[in-house]
Amino acid sequence: MLSNKSVAVGLVALFYSVTVSAADHTLAQNSKSFKLNGSQVEEYTIKAGDTIYFKNEDPFFHNIFSLSDLKTFDLGSYPAGESKSVVFETPGEAEIECAIHPEMYLLLTVE
Amino acid sequence: MKQNTFRRNAMTKMIATVLMGVTVVLSASVVSAAKAPSKEDVKKFLRPMEVPQGKNNISTPERVELGKNLFFDPRLSGSNFISCATCHNPSLGWSDAQPTAIGHGMGTLDRSTPTILNTAYQRFQFWDGRARSLEKQALGPIEAGGEMSQSLDLLIPELQAIPGYVTLFEAAYPGEGVSKKTIAKAISAFERTIVSSESAFDRWLKGVDGVMSDEAIKGFEIFKGKANCTACHDGFNFSDNGFHNIGLKDMEDMGRYAIKPIKVLKGAFKTPTLRDIDLTSPYMHNGAYKTLDEVVDHYDAGGFKNAGTLSPNMKKLNLSKKERKAIVAFLKSLTGDPVPFTVPVLPVQ
Repeated sequence: MLSNKSVAVGLVALFYSVTVSAADHTLAQNSKSFKLNGSQVEEYTIKAGDTIYFKNEDPFFHNIFSLSDLKTFDLGSYPAGESKSVVFETPGEAEIECAIHPEMYLLLTVE
Repeated sequence: MKQNTFRRNAMTKMIATVLMGVTVVLSASVVSAAKAPSKEDVKKFLRPMEVPQGKNNISTPERVELGKNLFFDPRLSGSNFISCATCHNPSLGWSDAQPTAIGHGMGTLDRSTPTILNTAYQRFQFWDGRARSLEKQALGPIEAGGEMSQSLDLLIPELQAIPGYVTLFEAAYPGEGVSKKTIAKAISAFERTIVSSESAFDRWLKGVDGVMSDEAIKGFEIFKGKANCTACHDGFNFSDNGFHNIGLKDMEDMGRYAIKPIKVLKGAFKTPTLRDIDLTSPYMHNGAYKTLDEVVDHYDAGGFKNAGTLSPNMKKLNLSKKERKAIVAFLKSLTGDPVPFTVPVLPVQ
């Protein structure tokens, strides 16, 4: 029979593993391209369960969508300063674009 | 006494004259300071050093010459009556002055003929952007039933039977022969040579004084500021290479949505260049407006509700009549100097 202590330790360990494995990433939409810390990115890799925040840093509306087999979503259009997020639960590849400015393209790999 | 009065008056006049002079100089310097483009404007709107080239289709004089012949040759259509230049007419700003295009059998098409001016700088071709390069676009209108209605499988032997064309193809693409690929590449190479010439706005950016009217400069400021036109019409080519529903009335055509079924694209069309815009009336993808005044009035009203998704960039602008007129003056300053163009003498059968 499990002691209360070992259950508590197990729960803490489980909680810890969940919090460390699921990371948050912020990609900026800036000058009509995806940017990470100021540098343009066209390919990006994350772990399953991670969340990406897409932040609009341009002075006009942007959109984010993907029609990939991995995940289909449409975040609509949103103005400067706003950010919208997507959680990627399963491994695979997703092509992410801005519908308004299709030059903005990101190939996302979820490991 | 009289003499003193005279002196006082003379002195007063002199001071007034000097003050007026100072005022004129000061106001002139304020005006001229306001007239100069900012460093940011110069960086953003000045012509890039080079015209973009096609992938695996670097421009050569031979390729351009072949493409020019094909572009003006009505034998590229099923009727042997319509060439690319029938709609993309150099005398009409490389468009056709029709609200929407007229194609095979004099049938009217749903969309207007876009100018081919500066297509080299565009990342997406056609109003709905379905072609990502000129090479991928070039054959579309030739084959389209409503446009030139020409089977490419029949066109290739037709061109192969014309000795002059065999020579032109061999010079342009040695060893590659007459093919769909070489036809598309040659037309694209020619189209990349159709670029806007220097306009009053370009000279102003380069620092030449007196080439833009005060009204046009004011119009440029409103264009970038209060009217927020640069949300879409930005950079040297005045296009963001993007797609927007600008709220045209009576519109059933869903544009880009047919290519990418994303809600924001319902009724969205490509942002066209504004270079030489004064030469390419009527305006909009459906030729809804005849004049630039009407176009500016449309944006001032913030567009209208239609069956699609109105771009959130569209808002009522509350521009004064003077401001609307200034924007039109600015748009007219984007007309390049006239460039003489010689049409080719086509190879005979």
